Amino acid sequence: MKSELINALSRAEIDAIEAEITHLPDRKSAAIDALKIVQSQRGWISDDSLSAIAKLLNMSAAELDGIATFYNLIFRHPVGEQVILFCDSVSCWLMNGEKVCSKLQRTLGIQHGETTADGQYTLLPVTCLGDCDHAPAMMVGESLHHDLTVDNIEAIFK
Amino acid sequence: MTQSPLTRNIQGNGPTDILAYEASGGYLAARDNIGKADPADLLQLIKDSNLLGRGGAGFPTGMKWSFVPPADGNGHRYLVANADEMEPGTFKDRLIMENDPHQLIEGMLLSAYTLAADVGYIFIRAEYHLAIARIRSAISEAEQKCYLGDRILGSKYSFHLQVHISAGRYICGEETALLNSLEGKRATPRAKPPFPQVSGLWGRPTIVNNVETLCNIPHIVNHGANWFKSLGKGDNAGTKLFGASGRVKNPGCWELPMGTSIREILEVHAGGMQDGYMLKGFLPGGASTDFLTPDHLDLPMEYEAIQKAGSRMGTGLMVVLDDRACPVGMIANLEKFFARESCGFCTPCREGLPWVQGILDKIEAGHGQAADLEVLERQALFIGAIGNTHCAHAPGAMEPLVSGLKYFRSEFEQHIHDGRCPYAGES
Amino acid sequence: MPTIKVDNQKLVVKDGDNLLQALLSAGIDIPYFCWHPAMGSIGACRQCAVVQYAGEDDTRGRIVMSCMTAVTDQARFSVATQSADQFRKSVIENLMLNHPHDCPVCEEGGECHLQDMTVMSGHSVRHYEGKKTTYRNQYLGPFIGHEMNRCITCYRCVRYYQDHAGGHDLNAFGSRDRVFFGRVESGLLESEFAGNLVEVCPTGVFTDKTFSKHYTRKWDLQSSPTICQGCSLGCNTYTSERYGQLRRVQNRYHHQVNGYFLCDRGRFGAQFVNAESRIRQAGIRNSQGLYDATELKTAIGIARSIISNASTIKGIGSPRASLESNQALRELVGQNNYSNGMTEVEQAMLQKIIDVLRSPIPTPSMMQTEQCDAVLVLGEDVTNFAPRLALSLRQATQNRAKTLALGVHIPLWHDAAVREIGQSDRSPLVIVTPTEDRLDEVASHVLRLAPDNIALLGDEICHAIKDEDNGTASDNVSSVAREIAGLLKQATKPLIVAGTSLQHPGILQAALNIAITLNQQNISAGFFACASESNSLGVAMLDNQHSISDIMAEQPETLVVLENDLQRRLGDRFDASLAGIKHLIVLDHLDNPTVSVSTLVLPAATFAEAEGTYVNNEGRAQRSFATFNPAGDITPSYELLDQLRSVKRHIDEIHHVIANSIPTLAGIVAAAPAASFRIEGAKIARMTHRASGRTAIDANISVHEPTPPMDDDSPLVYSMEGQHEQAPANLRAYSWAPGWNSNQSNHKFQQEVGGSERTGDPGILVLTGGGEIKTGDVTLTHRRLVPELHIFGSDELTNSAADLATLVTAPYLRMHGTTAQSLGVVQDDGVSFEVNKQRFSFAVIVDDSMPADSLAYPLIPATVVLTNLDDIQLSKAESWTKAPASGQRMITTDRSQ
Ligand SMILES: Cc1cc2nc3c(=O)[nH]c(=O)nc-3n(C[C@H](O)[C@H](O)[C@H](O)COP(=O)(O)O)c2cc1C
Ligand code: SF4
Ligand code: FES
Repeated sequence: MKSELINALSRAEIDAIEAEITHLPDRKSAAIDALKIVQSQRGWISDDSLSAIAKLLNMSAAELDGIATFYNLIFRHPVGEQVILFCDSVSCWLMNGEKVCSKLQRTLGIQHGETTADGQYTLLPVTCLGDCDHAPAMMVGESLHHDLTVDNIEAIFK
Repeated sequence: MTQSPLTRNIQGNGPTDILAYEASGGYLAARDNIGKADPADLLQLIKDSNLLGRGGAGFPTGMKWSFVPPADGNGHRYLVANADEMEPGTFKDRLIMENDPHQLIEGMLLSAYTLAADVGYIFIRAEYHLAIARIRSAISEAEQKCYLGDRILGSKYSFHLQVHISAGRYICGEETALLNSLEGKRATPRAKPPFPQVSGLWGRPTIVNNVETLCNIPHIVNHGANWFKSLGKGDNAGTKLFGASGRVKNPGCWELPMGTSIREILEVHAGGMQDGYMLKGFLPGGASTDFLTPDHLDLPMEYEAIQKAGSRMGTGLMVVLDDRACPVGMIANLEKFFARESCGFCTPCREGLPWVQGILDKIEAGHGQAADLEVLERQALFIGAIGNTHCAHAPGAMEPLVSGLKYFRSEFEQHIHDGRCPYAGES
Repeated sequence: MPTIKVDNQKLVVKDGDNLLQALLSAGIDIPYFCWHPAMGSIGACRQCAVVQYAGEDDTRGRIVMSCMTAVTDQARFSVATQSADQFRKSVIENLMLNHPHDCPVCEEGGECHLQDMTVMSGHSVRHYEGKKTTYRNQYLGPFIGHEMNRCITCYRCVRYYQDHAGGHDLNAFGSRDRVFFGRVESGLLESEFAGNLVEVCPTGVFTDKTFSKHYTRKWDLQSSPTICQGCSLGCNTYTSERYGQLRRVQNRYHHQVNGYFLCDRGRFGAQFVNAESRIRQAGIRNSQGLYDATELKTAIGIARSIISNASTIKGIGSPRASLESNQALRELVGQNNYSNGMTEVEQAMLQKIIDVLRSPIPTPSMMQTEQCDAVLVLGEDVTNFAPRLALSLRQATQNRAKTLALGVHIPLWHDAAVREIGQSDRSPLVIVTPTEDRLDEVASHVLRLAPDNIALLGDEICHAIKDEDNGTASDNVSSVAREIAGLLKQATKPLIVAGTSLQHPGILQAALNIAITLNQQNISAGFFACASESNSLGVAMLDNQHSISDIMAEQPETLVVLENDLQRRLGDRFDASLAGIKHLIVLDHLDNPTVSVSTLVLPAATFAEAEGTYVNNEGRAQRSFATFNPAGDITPSYELLDQLRSVKRHIDEIHHVIANSIPTLAGIVAAAPAASFRIEGAKIARMTHRASGRTAIDANISVHEPTPPMDDDSPLVYSMEGQHEQAPANLRAYSWAPGWNSNQSNHKFQQEVGGSERTGDPGILVLTGGGEIKTGDVTLTHRRLVPELHIFGSDELTNSAADLATLVTAPYLRMHGTTAQSLGVVQDDGVSFEVNKQRFSFAVIVDDSMPADSLAYPLIPATVVLTNLDDIQLSKAESWTKAPASGQRMITTDRSQ
């Protein structure tokens, strides 16, 4: 698991957030961008990060957290080095996705929402990845894997 | 003149860079029109072309644009490309964005010029990493060549285009939820009116269009309204990205004339069902469209005909239900998706969908009772009509349920009668 | 006015209304949750559905939300049709999926909007078999309870708290069927208006904790219409009692004064009535200097003989006591020996306020200030001095958004759309104060100036309005002044707010000059004055002749003090002033420094136990009625004072005496009906029809049914027998209508939703027209010490409310960095100073937003010695009480349990 590097935001994070703000009419509008910038550095949004970002954007922690907790790709809990987004939508379901996912869960020893003991992977269900012609599909970190079967899924994590 | 304008550059051998795009006639429309054409003429052209929005609802694009009030010089006007593409079963916008990003940029540029918009956003879902990277590099190429930025191509017109990467949630695809999300807020849809054209992003005039819709614009501008109309079959204008997923031999996405028959799409392009599987039904255009059955195979894929048959063409990408998959299970899967993706604003959707999902899960698990079907029907009536809820998400959710109850009722009853799913063990 | 057809009934409705408002105004019941009359519509709950038909031939129609539907001429609707009815039943059924069945233990039970709407919608059979969602609750401070499981996700709380009241620490978290309304973490809700959540929430999620401690069902409470004692605004309240204790205070709708909302001082501060320090018996100081509790009769006898033997007798009344009690004192000691209990400075300022209220200058009511499109606040920390006004000024900043909305045909009830089009584009609000105010964040201009400079800037603005160059101000000041003058001149309804909190006559005069000058230029500028106490204006009108000092200067042998802690007025001069007095007779509710030095003390009834008339800051005389008859010897002051001169008279007689002797107060007779008022022969009941156990309430003492206490003074009775919802607004004891057990019943009494009461707005404006007003010279005080007000702590009585007292700040001195540097102190150090040979040590708060030439101290009991001082000599201290958390004046979140 990525540990919280430092409490306050880094210079690079602040610069990246400020750069987003320049495209927007007010600071608060950068809320989602800012959360994503910090998350890309730290893996997730801790309470401390949340407060620091809120301060930078001139909003309260409650205002920012209302936004953070709305979106499924903003993590308010620690996640593994890589997040596995396993599509559980209809085309993948039709193509045996559930069984493949169960196999994956057995392989990694985790259920949805859990992180492997070594801190490598967190598994989450996701809405249709737009890869239905190669269902079932999943995304590990930033790479898309498709045409998954009960037989080929294990190899991806070797 | 190509008959598949949208995909003419897409051969599956990598993305089109700006030189290749220009070589294929790209940015010609921009060079000919930006700073030269009268926006009012362009608007009339789009109206004349009968282009219908490709985001799912099929609303005439020209008419939508005409609701934008005249520029008042009091602030920004926005154009937003809806590249959120999260409708289960849909994978068309990604195809264009990954393989021909300049087409979207040119489409946006011409649209923005027509609308006197000075700022554009491409609202794209975060999982589309490749598309994001390619669009970003295309934007900087376009900026270098003065197709974007200040004083485009030496004209007085400026247009700045940004990519906004979403933080997830299907509801962001709903255009007013998308606007709230772009503003950095919770993606709760807005009540209409006022329409975004009048009060959109940060309260300013805004147009939201689907990626595919916008990509049609340069071609219409280049070749005219009549050419565009001639592309479709019957009264339908243009081509459309159609596709199929599920147990078909050759799942995929193809650019075909609007109005191509379902049979042609499924049997010719998708290659028919995989061996050992039979067609039981299909969702014609994504998760939020009503089931159709093999009886409907000869219908043309176009908005009106599909609507008459009791469904919606939606995104035009079909999800095929085969005879070895459980329809109750499929509907349960769909409703789980809709319940999870509810924004939580209005009662019928927030409370009603999880209840529906719970009942479906129960029936699928073999614990259903006859009374459950009555509850499902009552809930469908309650949630299902546009206007009953704050946005179209929940009514969309009821489409596969209501049609499923109509076409596959005996299967529901069998689950309840047998106390088990008759398909258990199948795959 | 459009005509619409609803179920074949023709209704003429108000243009610009939505259908829900129109239906409710027409008396047609329709259930709703997310809509609120003061907050407009968002269309979230879908409960208010009706069917709309496309035309005469349309038979099916379609479901629309009435709250989101504009009324247009000839539109056709049905409330009753089966599809609408079934839809509304389904909404309730679905809301109930996750709602716990805890009504029997829920504090909302019996006055629950959700219960009412469930009954109204007719949903009664449960089909859902699944589990219910559950949540963890949070600690939200001493005032507000949190029980999230009861939430129906109507979004009213966040809309009220964030959008209406401007709070930042309450929000909606999560999404889909798991939306949590609360804070990021447990802790005190920061808004000064958080208490309204209790009334805004349609279920029992947010409850009044001070009430929970001694909870009673609404139907078992005995209540009366009262006037808030927290400040000069005179908000209308319902005060409720059971077993001799004040249980709670709720908002009482007033179309002109407080609308639907109160501040937290008003709502929670009234618990002082139950304070430990309450004086419940008469006391006489014995030879050892201690008090002997004495029977009231005996004490009155002794007091009478003191008075009859006194060579000189004087009386000091009080701006926090009723007109009736002040008048009774005035009669006891004689007009020439009476002071209304204020200093000369304050009296002079109140005279100015009276003059302006009588002049042609528009003096809007608090609710009318919400319509003003440019506001200048000169010298008042509104949030902490006249708190409820801050909520209204916040709404005034929304007028810009409303104008923009109307420009693109967005109806004003379409709340989200109005806010969206408005963005952060606000109507101008200029705040000129020495210290921070929470309103700063919505202000267009914030200026931190020392009091004298505020007055000078005001003067400069006045010149700028006249396009004069005064020549004396710096370029900087005159350019700011010109900018502000420009804003005021461009507005159609500008407003100037000033008052007495800084005790600076120059500021008040400057503000007045601005309003007068604008009006001279035919700009209809309003003037809104804030005074200190609930009856400051009333007593100033009654008799503004002698100040406290005038009375003290004559060293009376016997002094009668009515409900007034002289230490708060006299500060360091307190001890010296009282030194020569032989007999000090004090009538008051709570122990205080004046009571402590008295020779005889009489237990005076509070507002909750006595009838009284109070004149608020806009000159509205309002009658407050006793909620309950206090046990033991506690007696209304006017009655005690009459007894001291062996007179027995009816309170209505006092009204007539006042009316006859003081023409401007003649109106008070009509402020509420007299005691003889009856409806169909009956008085107005303080208890509900359903009050249970009144007859057995004292069964632990005697099983015989006690006779209800008599109330000859008022048209109300201490009983459930009498008139209830037929009562006129100024006598209604609680808000209830058939089918509407919650406070949402308000609309049943209004002429139209959110409008005036059908029986007229309570109270009577006694200061109207006739007078003249001229600009005057702006004087300076050269005071370096500036009182900083606190909503919790700066008011005398509410300080003793148990739960509120926990939020009173420790003493401090706030200073600019340069001042700190010159003293050699930093943040969290202490400074000390000497007054009357006594040494005090306070913590230092360094705050560079302060004007460099001022020192601010919190106006709390611990700092009372500073009240009249212009300056003090400071040195670094050795020991002191820690500064309030983080040096911020605003409540911070780290007060969690
Ligand atoms: C719940 C919901 C989700 C939607 N998701 C998308 C989407 O992912 N992409 C899209 O283009 N349109 C989506 N739409 C439709 C948009 O609201 C909007 O109609 C569309 O972007 C307009 O573009 P068009 O006029 O070009 O079709 C969605 C609508 C709803 C109600
Ligand atoms: S139907 Fe209602 S709850 Fe559902 S997504 Fe739309 S607004 Fe949100
Ligand atoms: S009151 Fe109309 S939708 Fe809630």
